[in-house]
Amino acid sequence: MEITVFDLGVIHFQAAWNFQKEIFRRVREEELASALIICRHYPVITQSRAAKKTDILAADELLKQKGITILEVDRGGSTTYHGPGQLTAYPILNLRFFHKDIHWYLRLLENTAIDCLNNFGVFPRQISGLSGVWYGQKKIASIGIAVRNWITCHGISINIKADDLANFRLIRPCGMDIEMASLETILGRDIEIEDVKIGVIENYKRAFSSREVSLCSK
Amino acid sequence: MFKVVLPELGVGIKKAMVSYWYFQEQEKVNEKDDLVELTTDKATFNLPSPCSGRLQQILFREGADVNIGEVLGLIEEG
Repeated sequence: MEITVFDLGVIHFQAAWNFQKEIFRRVREEELASALIICRHYPVITQSRAAKKTDILAADELLKQKGITILEVDRGGSTTYHGPGQLTAYPILNLRFFHKDIHWYLRLLENTAIDCLNNFGVFPRQISGLSGVWYGQKKIASIGIAVRNWITCHGISINIKADDLANFRLIRPCGMDIEMASLETILGRDIEIEDVKIGVIENYKRAFSSREVSLCSK
Repeated sequence: MFKVVLPELGVGIKKAMVSYWYFQEQEKVNEKDDLVELTTDKATFNLPSPCSGRLQQILFREGADVNIGEVLGLIEEG
């Protein structure tokens, strides 16, 4: 299956979300087989419909000073922060070509993020009962997806840069009292996001290509 | 009357939470319209309307847990 990669660079969340919707439409209408959107976001807090407003700890005034907006989104999960120090991957896949299994797909997203981080000598893990990717008790990658007509959108964010982590203290990430980690804080050195991006694209393309199955029944 | 049933969502998934109804009772719906959003783990799953008609009854409100195979609502075809 051909996986078309779109690298949007640094982009406002809303603009990337609109782009996702357009690519979702093209996959649904079979103009595209599947797609992988890679981007970084300007600072934003996103919440699912189910998230508690009280998971945003910072006052509106402080968020305004920092230029951080709040958006309600249609993914699963609860509250998270996105910033330019993260790399975000939004696969738009028709799960009928893989497995019609939401948990299978969530675990595949996590395992592939772990593969990407392994390339830097970092060995995070999954924790049973908790989604995302963890390094010790700290979270390094957050996950939240939406599935419509068995086509996926939204995806996974991997924390790369150290200086973006402070903004996670403005919220309760995923509705929990947890600390976040980044590739830079673990390694104790600067990491070029472009170096991570190459691995993310290659690992996700490989993961999806190798797991394609014949079309499940519609 | 057409039953809107929560389908299988994957191995080990026994239930989901109703997170959003896109229509209210007695509203007209078209086949394949997003009808109801379910949430499981870190995913939302949109269930499309199986037919065109009127959403006659919502059996599980937002916030309620639903087991796989249970009827979420009823649609009067037409």
